[in-house]
Amino acid sequence: MSILEVRDLTVTFPGGIQAVRGVSYDVAQGEVLGIVGESGSGKSVTSLAIMGLLPQNAVVSGSVKLHGQELLGMEEGELTRVRGKAISMIFQDPLSAFTPVYTIGEQIAEAVRVHQKVGKDKAARRAVELLDLVGIPHPDVRAKAFPHEFSGGMRQRAMIAMAIANDPDLLICDEPTTALDVTIQAQVLEVLKTAQAETGAGIVMITHDLGVIAGMADRVLVMYAGRPVEQGVVDDIYYRPRMPYTMGLLASIPRVDGEQDTLVPIEGNPPSPAALPPGCPFAPRCPMHIDACDDEEPPLTQIGGGRYVACIRSREIEHKGMTGADVFPVPVIPPSDVARVPREERETVLELDNLVRHYPLMKGAVFKRRVGTVHAVDGITFDIAEGETLALVGESGCGKTTTLQQIMQLTPPQSGRVVVLGKDSSRLDKAARKALRGDLQIVFQDPMAALDPRMPVGDIIAEPLRAHGRKNVSQRVAELLTLVGLAPEHAERYPQQFSGGQRQRIGIARALALEPKLIVLDEPVSALDVSIQAGVINLLEELKNRLGLSYLFVAHDLAVVRHLADRVAVMYLGRIAEIGAVENVYDRPAHPYTQALLSAIPLPDPEMERSRKRILLEGDLPSPADPPSGCRFRTRCPKFARLSEADKRRCVDEEPSVARLARAKDHGAACHYAEEIEVITASEHQEEQ
Amino acid sequence: MRSKVVLGRLLHNRQARYGGIALILLIALAYIGPYLGAYDWTDKDFLAFLSPPDADHWWGTTSIGQDMYAVTLRGMQKSIVIGLLVALFATGLAALVGAFAGYFGGWVDKVLMWGVDLLLVLPSFLIIAIISPRLRGASWLWFVVLLAAFAWMITSRVVRSMTLSLREREYVQAALYMGIPRWKIILRHIVPNLSSLLIIDATLNVSGAVIGEAALSFFGFGIQPPDVSLGTLIAEGARNATGYPWLFAFPAGLLVLLVLAINLIGDGLRDALDPGSNS
Repeated sequence: MSILEVRDLTVTFPGGIQAVRGVSYDVAQGEVLGIVGESGSGKSVTSLAIMGLLPQNAVVSGSVKLHGQELLGMEEGELTRVRGKAISMIFQDPLSAFTPVYTIGEQIAEAVRVHQKVGKDKAARRAVELLDLVGIPHPDVRAKAFPHEFSGGMRQRAMIAMAIANDPDLLICDEPTTALDVTIQAQVLEVLKTAQAETGAGIVMITHDLGVIAGMADRVLVMYAGRPVEQGVVDDIYYRPRMPYTMGLLASIPRVDGEQDTLVPIEGNPPSPAALPPGCPFAPRCPMHIDACDDEEPPLTQIGGGRYVACIRSREIEHKGMTGADVFPVPVIPPSDVARVPREERETVLELDNLVRHYPLMKGAVFKRRVGTVHAVDGITFDIAEGETLALVGESGCGKTTTLQQIMQLTPPQSGRVVVLGKDSSRLDKAARKALRGDLQIVFQDPMAALDPRMPVGDIIAEPLRAHGRKNVSQRVAELLTLVGLAPEHAERYPQQFSGGQRQRIGIARALALEPKLIVLDEPVSALDVSIQAGVINLLEELKNRLGLSYLFVAHDLAVVRHLADRVAVMYLGRIAEIGAVENVYDRPAHPYTQALLSAIPLPDPEMERSRKRILLEGDLPSPADPPSGCRFRTRCPKFARLSEADKRRCVDEEPSVARLARAKDHGAACHYAEEIEVITASEHQEEQ
Repeated sequence: MRSKVVLGRLLHNRQARYGGIALILLIALAYIGPYLGAYDWTDKDFLAFLSPPDADHWWGTTSIGQDMYAVTLRGMQKSIVIGLLVALFATGLAALVGAFAGYFGGWVDKVLMWGVDLLLVLPSFLIIAIISPRLRGASWLWFVVLLAAFAWMITSRVVRSMTLSLREREYVQAALYMGIPRWKIILRHIVPNLSSLLIIDATLNVSGAVIGEAALSFFGFGIQPPDVSLGTLIAEGARNATGYPWLFAFPAGLLVLLVLAINLIGDGLRDALDPGSNS
């Protein structure tokens, strides 16, 4: 019995922009439907159309039936009775979803009272119950807190509590965990599962993260350019995709279990909804493209029980049993020459020795006084050899960005040492610092913010060249553009005429302009869509091997790190928790934090997701202004909780430093009771392959 | 590269082209026009006081028999130069002071903003009144400097606050990490990103300066009779605008045309500098 029936839903915005072009699906009681697609594929617009939340000027047609009752064209008054009662929505950004001037408890109670005839006291009690249900500690106290007093993860839990306040039949989750860190994401997904079990609601889960969908969804709908291109049971979609786009998407995600060698990117960009190609919208990017594809858009046709594909060659794909790697050309990345030399014999390009960065916490407007210290970076030590990639991973607030700024500024640190290419940053004069900047470059996270919008691309790339007085600037700019896979004619365009992936390539070209030895990559792919991300990752890998670069790679996505890095350092609250070669850290993590982090990452593999046991962490990251004594992780450590009282004393009193583990050559952990365990196991499906 | 691209976009912009042509025509009228007229601006025709426009006096005459055509064009020569220069100086100064204060922060910010606040509280009219007798006989360019010096403060505070947010942008940081000197970062990355505001401000300043100059002249500072400017002509003509409209309509009309032309160029320039616009 399906709760929601969507039939041929289309949404057109003024100017003839068709954001959604014929979406149909059903959601049954207790079922989770995952909708995946890249940005601009129309997945969020679809759900807003169902809720009746689109702006007035959008034209919606088709049919949306909830329990057989048509929602489209319903009067606003009636619709408000449905919204929040029968259907609730969970948004991506939990901060903007709450009113800052009311307490969380009041807002949840309000949601209850809008739809149910209950007294104020009873609604308030219900709010506390709901907060307890979603796992907020001390719910009676926290209900009186304001939204800004909650952390991101807590707010998202409160949002879920509000959404299930009236026992809805359908929950629409629009990227519910995208803004959260992995360990928090695992907690929130767990809460969502509890909420579903409690209410028996159907869930529509919209996300771009194929890992989250693999773990949550029963059925999956893949969207591209405003249309569903494939629909089916989760296992079918992941193991037996029949549409080249789905295949490419699956082949382009980096996996934390390190299953694939080279990522397979999908060339090109999604079409703009204002200028769709005549036939299949994916045809211009499709390697299986034949002339017939351009004739007309293939309809979504059923090919067996509950399985729909929109591709004229799907039968062929099925017969030949093709996978993404067969269909899409696998790029060949030349091997690196430097890697053959043992690490000890290579030059060290960057050395951090006990680097410290504290920020004073000031209070008062006129007479400022110091009320505390934020321990942003509290003594970290690592080095990077020539031709090597070291990844710095950790959740937001762990001090990654501060570390990076300390390195890039090339000024004397508060304490400790930063040595770049054998030159100590505290002993540099102005000229030496400028010269050293040529060898040390950075690529930023947000490719739009990192490029001056008022400068043509040619000028952006030429800027470092001119600043360092190089000759033949325009020729070098053309060279660099070609090197990163763009055309030299692009020099006269402005950054916003490019897509996200291309902009990031421009950023990389600028970083390469001065032929640096070390490039700092600050989350270079986290703002990009998966299919684009793979191309940029491959480019980075290729450039490293060809030009003998070293990377310091800062990221929160552990799957990307596994793919790109040689060594990895895991940071927690301004300290390094674990450091070592990627294989060692990922396959045999020794620090409880690393173990939890790795186990929290969703894998794009439904079978593995079902069989996995997660190590869930309690609570949130403590404030860096007031870190716990001794081991900083002990407040959330699952291992600490199991230790005897006598053993616990050591964690409380003594701060562990990174110690090399006995068995491994390049692997150290900052834990008194470090013990290597395997967190990510290979699935049976993979073993068969 | 940027100058080439911006120039290309500017020439492609229809508004900017029309504005540019209009400005060139106006300048040509101001400097070549007097040779075409029958009278010089110092001539007085004692047979025609306050005569309406006719074949002899194209734009009519004043109460003392001056030919309006010759006098207006003479005034416009001054006003174009004063308007453009004041706008350029005032906006340029506002951009530089605001951007430097906002970007460097700390004591640079404190000192510059203290100066701005001081100029804001001082009555500018009084200062000009005190200074201008000493400048009597000096070049009228000093007058431009004086007018500009009191027209930039508010814009510079706006520029400063916008710079505070621009300073945190990643491309500004990126430039710093590339080893580019800070003053260059300001000129190359911060000021161009403020161009929309600055261009609008400059356009407003042109008309502001022409009118402001008239107000000062009216009180006896600035352009002194017998010399004229558009401002002084408008101020005089406004009193008799209903009875003898030609005294007012011609100078005022030319001022409107001048500001309009500059506005069009400004709009075009803003679009050419802003890659987000489609034109």
